[in-house]
Amino acid sequence: METIHLTCIRCPRGCQIDAVVDGGQVVSITGNSCKRGEVYAQAEATNPVRVVTSSVPVVGSAMHHMVSVKTAGDVPKSKVFDVVASLKGVTVTAPVAIGDVVVSDAAGTGVDIIATRSA
Amino acid sequence: METIDVLIIGAGVAGAACARELSKRKLSICVLEREEDVCCGTTKANSAIVHAGFDAATGSLMAKLNVRGNELMGPLCEDLGVDLKNIGSLVVCTSEEDIPGLQALLDRGVANGVKDLRIVRGEELRELEPNLADEVVAALWAPTASIVNPFQLNWALAENALANGAEFDFNTEVTGVVRDGDCWLVSTPGEEYRARCVINAAGVYADSIHNMVSDDKMEITPRRGQYFVLDTTAGRHVGHTVFQLPTKLGKGVLVTPTTAGNLLVGPTAEDIDEKEGTDTTAAGLQELLAKAPLSVKNIPFRETITSFSGLRAHRAEHDFAIGEVEGAPGFIDCAAIESPGLTSAPAIGEMVAEIVDGILHPEMRDDFIATREGIPNVEWATDEQWAALIEKDPAYGRVICRCRKVTEAQIVSAIHHPLGARSLDGIKRRTEACMGRCQAGFCTPKIMEILDRELSDLAFSDVTKAGPGSELIVGRDKELEGGDVA
Amino acid sequence: MTVNYDIVVIGGGPAGLAAAIAARDAGCASILVIERDRELGGILNQCIHNGFGLITFDEELTGPEYAARFEKLALEGGIDFMLDTMVIDVSSDKLVTAVSQAEGMQFIQAKAIVLAMGCRERPRGALNIPGYRPAGIYSAGTAQRLVNIEGFMPGREVVILGSGDIGLIMARRMTFEGAHVACVAELMPYSGGLKRNIVQCLDDFGIPLLLSHTVVRIEGQKRVEAVVIAEVDGHGKPIPGTEVTYPCDTLLLSVGLIPENELSLTAGVELSPVTRGPVVNEVLETKVDGIFAAGNVLHVHDLVDYVSQEAAVAGRNAAAYVAGSLEENGVSVPVTATDGVRYTVPQSIDPERMPDELTVRFRVGNVYENRYVSVYLDGDRIYHRKRMIMAPGEMEQVVLKKAELLAHPGLASITFKLEEA
Repeated sequence: METIHLTCIRCPRGCQIDAVVDGGQVVSITGNSCKRGEVYAQAEATNPVRVVTSSVPVVGSAMHHMVSVKTAGDVPKSKVFDVVASLKGVTVTAPVAIGDVVVSDAAGTGVDIIATRSA
Repeated sequence: METIDVLIIGAGVAGAACARELSKRKLSICVLEREEDVCCGTTKANSAIVHAGFDAATGSLMAKLNVRGNELMGPLCEDLGVDLKNIGSLVVCTSEEDIPGLQALLDRGVANGVKDLRIVRGEELRELEPNLADEVVAALWAPTASIVNPFQLNWALAENALANGAEFDFNTEVTGVVRDGDCWLVSTPGEEYRARCVINAAGVYADSIHNMVSDDKMEITPRRGQYFVLDTTAGRHVGHTVFQLPTKLGKGVLVTPTTAGNLLVGPTAEDIDEKEGTDTTAAGLQELLAKAPLSVKNIPFRETITSFSGLRAHRAEHDFAIGEVEGAPGFIDCAAIESPGLTSAPAIGEMVAEIVDGILHPEMRDDFIATREGIPNVEWATDEQWAALIEKDPAYGRVICRCRKVTEAQIVSAIHHPLGARSLDGIKRRTEACMGRCQAGFCTPKIMEILDRELSDLAFSDVTKAGPGSELIVGRDKELEGGDVA
Repeated sequence: MTVNYDIVVIGGGPAGLAAAIAARDAGCASILVIERDRELGGILNQCIHNGFGLITFDEELTGPEYAARFEKLALEGGIDFMLDTMVIDVSSDKLVTAVSQAEGMQFIQAKAIVLAMGCRERPRGALNIPGYRPAGIYSAGTAQRLVNIEGFMPGREVVILGSGDIGLIMARRMTFEGAHVACVAELMPYSGGLKRNIVQCLDDFGIPLLLSHTVVRIEGQKRVEAVVIAEVDGHGKPIPGTEVTYPCDTLLLSVGLIPENELSLTAGVELSPVTRGPVVNEVLETKVDGIFAAGNVLHVHDLVDYVSQEAAVAGRNAAAYVAGSLEENGVSVPVTATDGVRYTVPQSIDPERMPDELTVRFRVGNVYENRYVSVYLDGDRIYHRKRMIMAPGEMEQVVLKKAELLAHPGLASITFKLEEA
């Protein structure tokens, strides 16, 4: 049994929620003021995920030094720094279009890192 | 080692004025400056006033050079492309009892040779300056007082001296001065310099330079003055430089427009120990907020865009120390140049040059270049003037600093002028970019890009705010080692 | 030479683009957008984090992606653009003066103008933080540009003052790039940023948020060497003895945004001392006939989706103004903000001319839990709804119905206030 302390992000109130997890299952959620808090805590306590955004240098672009990028979907929160590290040394070459894959399967997450701007 | 005729220590306004005046003569001149640029000490942080000259004690060097400097300043600024506005000053008092004090100032001014002084009151005074505090009963009006752009003045004097053959070595701090035959040997961490005459214009450090050659020790106390700068939206709050009549309660603070159209409030006067103590303090800023409303009402302090502090080179004797040092032939002090030092600078240059004349007896040059062109300012230009500039150079059409309307052409010009800028502050002092309401938020990266592009020996990541040690960038993205992350 | 356009939109960021697109879609065929940067999109281009567009596109986009969607719509035709062009003057009779390197000085006569210039960050000077003025003090947005657009890091060891969203976003961004963020200090007892950003930009990385704290001194003569942070009392005054020195090379400021209205002033537009943006009526028209305003130049928003919505309203109304279908009735009922409501936009409403439903946006002055938002038409309360939580950092809105206003003939005032019950 493990109690995970969370701050709800669904509204400015920021309820302090305690989610008790047992064997990967949430067994109790307390401290939330509404249903949205419960749904948030359920997900955040068992499988917290994030979208990672960054930028990488682009060569051959008249207008830009950098191209912004993001993970094409959620990655596990525990993998965030591995995903960031996978961008070290990565450079793209113009032309770049929004959605172009910059790193595929970033840090073994199965999620690609894609360009979020054209250059 | 070649022997230089005149070596000047310090490229502030006093040193630069000396260099320019001496460059009218057939002399080799070298100016050593510890910082990376001209105008990095006292000259860059003061009230930017051309005083009329009623303040200093009659018969003092201050009084004489103030009045003379005031006369010279207008034509000089005209010649050198420096912004000056003859707006006049008012010394105000808030009690009938203080009117004899105003009269005493007037009498002293007359004795000092100041023209057109007059005490004004009542409706005439309100008409002159509508935002005076309701308590103000009378003022000494000095129409000959002006405001000047101190950065431009310092730069222009130095650049004009350069055009006339003077040399400038920056990032060169003087560490020793010793007698060597009939010359002086001046040491720095790098080169050694040999000179017939040395001029000590080292600002708050003039005492340490003086004490290298004289047993008659000098002591300069940094007297800190803190200021608020308000946005140009507040720049017309007063039309004159408004001083407060010194009373038993203290000297008071001034409220004045600047040539750049801002409103300036200050200074405090605090004697401190630290010669690099250009920090502001909560107490100092609080003092300004309390004192300024005594003379001017409804100051829109909400429009404050920055605060700063500067150090005056104060000496207990409270007079300039200008002259050949006893027992040190050819070593000339140009020290304790506190207020009205900026005003006096042109006259200080004249006086020091005369002293040098008495020692080296140089011939005058017949090819002296007396004028210099500054950088056009589009902010105050008419549409026609601005359009004509763009016609000449399209880069006048690209606005880099949106707050002060400074264009790429002006910034490029500031970089490529003979004594060009190499730092963000260097650009700022020459063009007013970064001096506006966003305080460099928007234009910093753009100016860094221009410096990188225009200077082959300066990369984007090496651009500084104000010389070595003030780098703006620590590395490229993803290059920092050992990021201590959770 | 003067060129003529029906509508000139000043600013090609999210507000300007949405206004131009809406004006075109409303039938206006002569629209010019003037943008000072070399590309459209405004500040969104440097906001590379995600979280934009949930309301507009029902998906989470990054700033550049959100901008690109609007840019694509804008480029479909019917709208002209001037890029790399700075407007230097707007007159009350709607003559726009602009300069650019490519075209020199240009004069553009508009029938209607939409102001969409955005906002700027409050600088350090406005805060009177004592100390030295070394390198290493950046507004969060300047640091964001350096890192995201230029590709350079402004510092290694960072303290952030102010918990505005850009500051929070930059805490995470700097951390990702290898810097260490020691803490975020916030003068107020609550954060000005979104909860989501506090959790995902600070908590995720163990960065402490120090509420009721401020920077009382900056050390370092050439580059920042340390900042001193102290706790403040209920009046925001530092409490002696609580000072803690944080060695660092960088201080980022995220202490508020100010609508950038210097051009509005040249046109004689009246500004609100509270929002620092123009005073507008129900069609988002300023006090100058035919000059409209929307987005952060009008009042600072926290979500770009609302900027787009608001700007579309301004664009549509500008088109109607040009078409002559925006009739003046001479009725202007003032909207008063009081009892915890800091301001409303718009500040006046003509019940005859308002659409069937009108969104009034407002902010509150403090953190309030379980308060009622009430709207009074003269003495008659027509809206009374409890909100669990309201905070100054989050914009609120109430939709007013035309029918209800019309049911009050001779209406003299509309009041927005908070009530306990």
